[in-house]
Order: sequence, then C-alpha cells, then structure tokens
Amino acid sequence: MAKNDVKVLGAWPSPYVMRPRIALNIKSVNYEFLEEKFDSKSELLLQSNPVHKKVPVLIHDDKPICESMIIVEYIDEVWTSGPSILPSDPYDRAIHRFWAAYVDEKWFAAMKGLRSAQGEERKAFLDRVIEGLALLEEAFGKCSKGKAFFGGDRIGLLDIAFGSFLAWLKVTEKVNGVKLLDEAKTPGLVKWAERFCADAAVKSVMPETEKLLEFSKFLAAKMKGAPPPKN
Amino acid sequence: MAHEVVLLDFWPSMFGMRVRVALAEKGIKYEYKEEDLRNKSPLLLKMNPIHKKIPVLIHNGKPVCESLVIVQYIDEVWKDKNPFLPSDPYHKAHSRFWADFIEQKVYDTARKIWATKGEEQEVAKKEFIETFKILEGELGEKPFFGGETFGFVDIALITFYSWFYTYETFGNFSIEAECPKIIAWAKRCMQKESVANSLPDQKKIYEFTVWMKKYFGMD
Repeated sequence: MAKNDVKVLGAWPSPYVMRPRIALNIKSVNYEFLEEKFDSKSELLLQSNPVHKKVPVLIHDDKPICESMIIVEYIDEVWTSGPSILPSDPYDRAIHRFWAAYVDEKWFAAMKGLRSAQGEERKAFLDRVIEGLALLEEAFGKCSKGKAFFGGDRIGLLDIAFGSFLAWLKVTEKVNGVKLLDEAKTPGLVKWAERFCADAAVKSVMPETEKLLEFSKFLAAKMKGAPPPKN
Repeated sequence: MAHEVVLLDFWPSMFGMRVRVALAEKGIKYEYKEEDLRNKSPLLLKMNPIHKKIPVLIHNGKPVCESLVIVQYIDEVWKDKNPFLPSDPYHKAHSRFWADFIEQKVYDTARKIWATKGEEQEVAKKEFIETFKILEGELGEKPFFGGETFGFVDIALITFYSWFYTYETFGNFSIEAECPKIIAWAKRCMQKESVANSLPDQKKIYEFTVWMKKYFGMD
C-alpha cells in the first residue's frame, strides 16, 4: 500500500499516539507520521477531529478515525493478513477491553494525579497507582496463561493499551524516587515490560526515558507559568 | 450451545438498562437479579471485584463487566440476530466513536443537573444541551444513530431517556425545546418492544431520585 494512504497525526510524547503506531507496525503497514506542534493544532487535526481536537487521529484513504483504542481495533479489522491484535474468542476480547478501560479510566488517572499532587494527596495517588499495578499483575497471570504477553505469544490489545504507558511510568519512577514495577511485588509485569519495550513493533515508537523526562520538566514548568528551560 | 445468562443490575441504572435492551434485542432468556447497592451481594463482589458495580453479565458462570463491553460481547456471541454494529470497519469505528463520546460526555454532566444547585447546575445544564446538540448533528436525518436500524450508539444513548423527566424537573428546562430531534428519535426507539420493556417509567425514576436525595442528605 502506498505510504500516503495511511497517516497518523500525533505527538511523540503521547502514550495514546503510540498505540496506533504499534498496531500499524504489527501489521507491517507503512504510514506517514505527522507530528503536531506542542502548543498549536494544525488545520488537518481540527478538520479530522472536530469533536475532540485531539491526537491521535488515523487518516486512512482520507477518512479520519479517532480515539486511540478505537483506532487500534480498526487497524486490526482492516489489515487482516497481519497477526491479530484482538483475541478471537469473544470472552477474551471482553477481558482485554475491560482492562484497557480500567488502565485508561482508573490507573492512568491516578498516574496523572500524581504529577501535580503534593503531600498527603500525593501519597494517596501513589497508593492507588501501586494497587492498580497489583491488580494488573494478577490480570497478567490470568490473561497470558504463562505466555509472554497479555495477548499470549504475541502483543495483543491489552499489551498495547497498558504498554503504551511504560515510558511515562519510568519517568514517574524517576521523578518520585519510587519503584512502581518491582521484582518482588510485580515480577510478571517486570519481565513483560522488558519484552514489550524490546519488541520490534514497539522499540521505534517508545520514547527514551531521558528525553521524556526532559519533556515532562518542560511541561511542568509550562504549567507553573515559568519560562521553559533552554534545550 | 446451552446458555445460562444472569444479569446483576439495579433498576434505575441507565448502564444496566443498556444490557437489558441488548439482551431483549437478541431475544436472549436470562435471569435478572436486582442488587441493593447499599448492601451488595457476595455474588456481585465476587463477579466484579475491581469496580464492585452493576451491571455484570454472567454467561455460563463467567462475568463480563462494564456496560458497553457487555453490549459488544452480547453482539459478538449472539452474532446472527440484529447486529448492533455495522460490518464495515470504518462505520464500525464511527459507531464506537459516538458511543465513546456518549460515555465521556453525558453521565457526569447529567448527574450534576439533579445533584447540584445554583451556578454549578447552570453550567451542567449548558454542557448537557451542548452535548445533545452535537448528538443531534450526528443523528441528522437518519431514523437511528445506526442508520436505518437501531444499533450500538442508540443502545448507548436511549437509556438516558428514562432520566429526562428527572433532568428537566430538577433543571427546570425542556429538552424537547432545545433538542427536538433527540426527543423524536427517543420516541421512535421507545416504539421498539426491546426498549419499552427495558426502560422504567420516567416518573418512577424521578420519584427514586427525590427519595435518593433525601436519603443521602443531598437536598
């Protein structure tokens, strides 16, 4: 397929943008990555996603698809010659969708809260993040059934949903001086994270921790209204 | 395949209603179990330990949680009758997008209309109307969000209709005046048995909300 049939509008630091890129890589689909500027939205973005005005957007044959997990399911349904991303059994699909929703609505919400919270509130968010990881460790055991990924032998929907947050998880560990994924408490997830980050479909789109850390400092300074540090 | 289907639910819940509509659309026989949310059953706590919420669908002993995940599951298992989603991936993604929009935008705002007063309530009303105007735009001239047939997006939204009288009474506004096409669409949906039999009477929901506000000291 010609390269310009498939475009992804996105931004390199965004975990949500990583998701369709990983999916396209799994399917060996060539695409054009259009990077949005940090503090302005392109005409193309505003036209393609007038409802939310957010990245990522997949533009396939000039048709836009929005919302990262919806895009991933679309990619899986269109490019059927590549490896499957969703499980074939409806019950397993429901489990992957349930946990993907949990990661987005509950777990990452706590991670975001951690970013700006202080004192007691910060400890409360940290507890929630760690509790969530314990639940995900258990889910990993059940979903993987002893195999490498939540999806089994290959990366699946839930691997993409949760794995896309790993770079931010590493930044959060550095910024807060804590270990979130821990060999003692979440051994399954520790090994899974290494495998996920090393996977060919993921490596090229996962931001380096140092680069993301610098970006998060830039973001924090911006939010406080201070001039950003010089790069 | 023998199907044993149980639904853990709470009669006023618009999320539970979505599953009732979906099961009715597919003609699935099931056991309805009413939960007392002040005193959750051991079964609910066992079947949904993460969120401890209804609805939970228990199919041959295995739980499925989160209403739209359940509706998709029902559509995929009982795939030969009344499909909820289009078969074309682009139109399917389009339907999922609008169901997700409803998930993101409706509940919290709507809740504030009956649960708050003053400035907070006014802001919520404004957001509610804006959201439904966007939905009206998406509906356009189609009979249903799904097009010619009732589908996933219709299921996601119609259950809020049972709460409209509550929103209008507490919020002192008319949804029909602001969004007439939405009301026309809702009445069209209510002509379907699967919908009419799954949604409680709007006045009953209002009475329940009045009681709930008193009980929780929200007045």
